[in-house]
Amino acid sequence: VRTTTRGARAAVAVLLAAFLSLGVAACGSSNDESTSGEEGGGAIVSNPANAKVSLTIGSKNFPEQEILGEIYAQALKAAGYKVKSALNLGSETVAHQAVKSGQISGYPEYASTALTSFFGIEPEEVPAGAQPAYEKAKAEFEKEGLTAFEPTPFASANAVGTLKKTAEERNLKTISDLEGQSEEMSLDGSPECRQRIDCLAGLEKFYGLKFKSFTPIDIGLRYTVLEKGQADLSILFTTDPQLSAEKDKFVILEDDKHVFPAGNVIFVSKQSTAEKAGPDYEKTIVQVQKGLTLPVMQELDARVELEKQSPAKAAAAYLKEAGYTG
Amino acid sequence: MIPSPLPASIGGAIEFIFEPQSSSVTGGKKVGGFSQVVELTINQLELTLLSLALAMVIALPLGLYLGHRGAGELLAIGLGNAGRAIPELALIAFMAAAIGVGWRNVAIALAILGIPPILTNAFVGIRQVERAPVDAARGMGMTEAEILFKVEVPLAIPTLMAGIRGATIAIVATATIAPLAGVLTLGDFIINRNVYGADGLLAGGILVALLALALEFSLAAVQRALTSKGLQVSAA
Repeated sequence: VRTTTRGARAAVAVLLAAFLSLGVAACGSSNDESTSGEEGGGAIVSNPANAKVSLTIGSKNFPEQEILGEIYAQALKAAGYKVKSALNLGSETVAHQAVKSGQISGYPEYASTALTSFFGIEPEEVPAGAQPAYEKAKAEFEKEGLTAFEPTPFASANAVGTLKKTAEERNLKTISDLEGQSEEMSLDGSPECRQRIDCLAGLEKFYGLKFKSFTPIDIGLRYTVLEKGQADLSILFTTDPQLSAEKDKFVILEDDKHVFPAGNVIFVSKQSTAEKAGPDYEKTIVQVQKGLTLPVMQELDARVELEKQSPAKAAAAYLKEAGYTG
Repeated sequence: MIPSPLPASIGGAIEFIFEPQSSSVTGGKKVGGFSQVVELTINQLELTLLSLALAMVIALPLGLYLGHRGAGELLAIGLGNAGRAIPELALIAFMAAAIGVGWRNVAIALAILGIPPILTNAFVGIRQVERAPVDAARGMGMTEAEILFKVEVPLAIPTLMAGIRGATIAIVATATIAPLAGVLTLGDFIINRNVYGADGLLAGGILVALLALALEFSLAAVQRALTSKGLQVSAA
């Protein structure tokens, strides 16, 4: 699941700036019950009463999060709020801290990440359904004075992926199929994957798999490394646009032991912020995410990651196409 | 807006360096601690020295030759300056796509970072040696190689070494991002904040800084050893 670096400090500040610009983010992906939720709910109406409320919408610093941050920020602006954005929060711990301290009004988080990273829930104990996972996360957030809004239709999870060719040659359909073969296969993934229980550490612990090697790489390089044969397997995210754009090339193996909990996105805010912002705050956020099904999210990710559109532009196009803005 | 960092303390960072700490995302396994610190420090040092050696093998002969001939100023200075403008992350990503991830890729990318200061300083160092001793050496019948190595290089040691020292610091600092391209260095502590926490991040920063200082002091000692006695007096 997602990640990164952040936290500039004296001598390493410049270097850190370099990481940040690249964004070591990792991010989750999906398994998806609901495809298309009900159609939008109509255009957002600007309410003049909201003009005196200033909001700062945050997100972590990888494309999917930035797109989500832009969607929420632009929608809230359309609803009449004064909106600033901070779409470069590095890791989930930084984002969590920023919302708790009031530096940002709110940000989108994956319910699974919130449960495993913030509240110490073991991956296999994360509820499988979007609604129970959301309710569990919300209850935990409320103990900290935070709140979370309804989840998005799409969900996001880590996944083990490989070339279609490799999967066919080795007859791989599920992660369990790697038993007996993984020792001769190399795996790559984000640097932090190595130790995360919802990533490599989980594969080792729950599947009992050992790999020939694990190569830590920037998440932007995963598909290149896989394609060039520098790794046999890669930790991918189920919302990766490459998985839909290049269906004939890459496949993901089924997580038959459920080591990678799927996370629908929930928008996290301070309770006091949500109250001060008035009813349009939650209403607008829940309204504009209704169209965010897995195919839509993959398409938006593709526009930004593959076609190099800005997250702001992709978000604006989504809001317009779905009829939320004029 | 930059969010303020999570509370990290020097005490916590020092503890992290010596004792494995618990982490919220590892499923109970502890992270950090002395053995991991040693392992990553050795990796970072090895990667730095490998890259530095590669940079020196390429840049020193070229810089010395061009400096001695007094030719190719455009090449030596231009290449040097152009090299400084290459963003290292982009280079590592490019190299990863071109030749793959891992030690080889990262060492080459870091060597490219180290070449400009070494090349430029070697060229300038040799060029600015006073003409009188060079002419005297030539008058005594020294060969061109003897002039270069017995007269020009000793006189240019401070400038040459300044280039090498600059390259070393740039390489050791940048080796911190190697975990993004397949080599685990101390940057692991800094990049993987979710795993190692704020104390791990600070510990990583401290360790990289200490390693850079250690290299700087070692090279200063090398420089003193290489500088001839007479020059040491005049330099002091």
